[in-house]
Amino acid sequence: MRQLQEQKASKEQNNNNASNNHSLVTMLHQIQETYNYLPENVLRELAKEKNIPLVDLYRVATFYSLFSLTPKGKHKILTCTGTACHVRGSEKVTEEISRVLGIQPGETTEDGEYSLEAVNCLGACALAPLVVVDEQYHANMTPAQIGALFNGVRKSTCQDKESSHCHCSSVAVGSKEKS
Amino acid sequence: MLEMTLNGLEIQVEPGTTLLEAANFYGIEIPTLCYDAGLSPIGACRLCLVEIGSPDRSRLVSACTFPAQKGLEIRTHSKRVINARKLLIEMYLATCPSSKTIQDLASKHHVTRVRFKQKHDDCILCGLCVRICEEQMQAKAIEFIGRGHELRISTFFDKKSEDCRHCGACMYICPVCQARCQGPQEKDAVCNACLNLEPPCLEEFEDAMCYMDPCVACEQGHEPRKGCSQRKEGS
Ligand code: FES
Ligand code: FES
Repeated sequence: MRQLQEQKASKEQNNNNASNNHSLVTMLHQIQETYNYLPENVLRELAKEKNIPLVDLYRVATFYSLFSLTPKGKHKILTCTGTACHVRGSEKVTEEISRVLGIQPGETTEDGEYSLEAVNCLGACALAPLVVVDEQYHANMTPAQIGALFNGVRKSTCQDKESSHCHCSSVAVGSKEKS
Repeated sequence: MLEMTLNGLEIQVEPGTTLLEAANFYGIEIPTLCYDAGLSPIGACRLCLVEIGSPDRSRLVSACTFPAQKGLEIRTHSKRVINARKLLIEMYLATCPSSKTIQDLASKHHVTRVRFKQKHDDCILCGLCVRICEEQMQAKAIEFIGRGHELRISTFFDKKSEDCRHCGACMYICPVCQARCQGPQEKDAVCNACLNLEPPCLEEFEDAMCYMDPCVACEQGHEPRKGCSQRKEGS
């Protein structure tokens, strides 16, 4: 027993030394920021470089829902499904976003533009229901506002309004239908 | 040396021992699932629960991880412990009825029914394989992946692992991989073919006495109830 404890302690120390005082989560955050997700080959390189067992990386990456192992869209949309937001009708809002984008929570649109994530309580319950688009908080959302919201997002980021890929107008139509 | 009481018995153990080691040393059997003497204990299965503290302010702790303390009062076979143990075994039966280890435990501890929704999983997440792979085989090819009800055991990206040397230690130590013996008529999840003993003393006393051999309750001339020390009819 004691032997095992000592073994464990020394191993932990080795791990700490190996990681150059950077915590694993911080490193994963950095990777996620650069690549928008955690690519397998980058994780492999990291493991080799920092001398961390591969499977440990996978364990940590799957433990936190903030990390993603599949590519995420350019724009991250979070809809809150926490208690306060739920009571004030977040379900309808989420449904409307799903309808407009054609994806369910946890998925990414085919063009790689948007990914939708349902989260539990963003810590701003007074503003419920809450939708976060690219780290911008949009308070008191209603299904009717969703169309206009995405319109704004697309307009502000769309570079090729003239080309056939542009969906700016299609969203506007969707929102009109609804209201 | 630390003095403690174990089921009313004065005992002495070295600092640093766990309650499970102490009980085993004094010959008292505590069922375990996720404990192995050669691996670090993680207290995952909770089957080794024992009651500590004075009866009115007692609590249940996992014996395999709880370190011995001076003056600790430990009860390994009180009503509370046995009921908790039985409930746990029942839940394990509801998860993995195909495991011989769990079926044997059920028979030994007289768990004869499953009141939970029957599942047929092949893992109880005891973590023995993860620990043996890391601590004894120095391979670290598998780990706990995910979280909460999605927790499972897998390799890096669920792919064939380069760290795995195919030693088979994980399968050797797994309490679920060993399939249950196929009795003549195996109808439902609880097998109970090995069922024979039931402590009759729980009714009369607060604590089961069967950890003493011969059983004090039976020795004292209490009529052994049907089922005690006899093979149950029809099984
Ligand atoms: S419940 Fe939505 S922010 Fe708290
Ligand atoms: S043996 Fe102690 S918790 Fe599993």
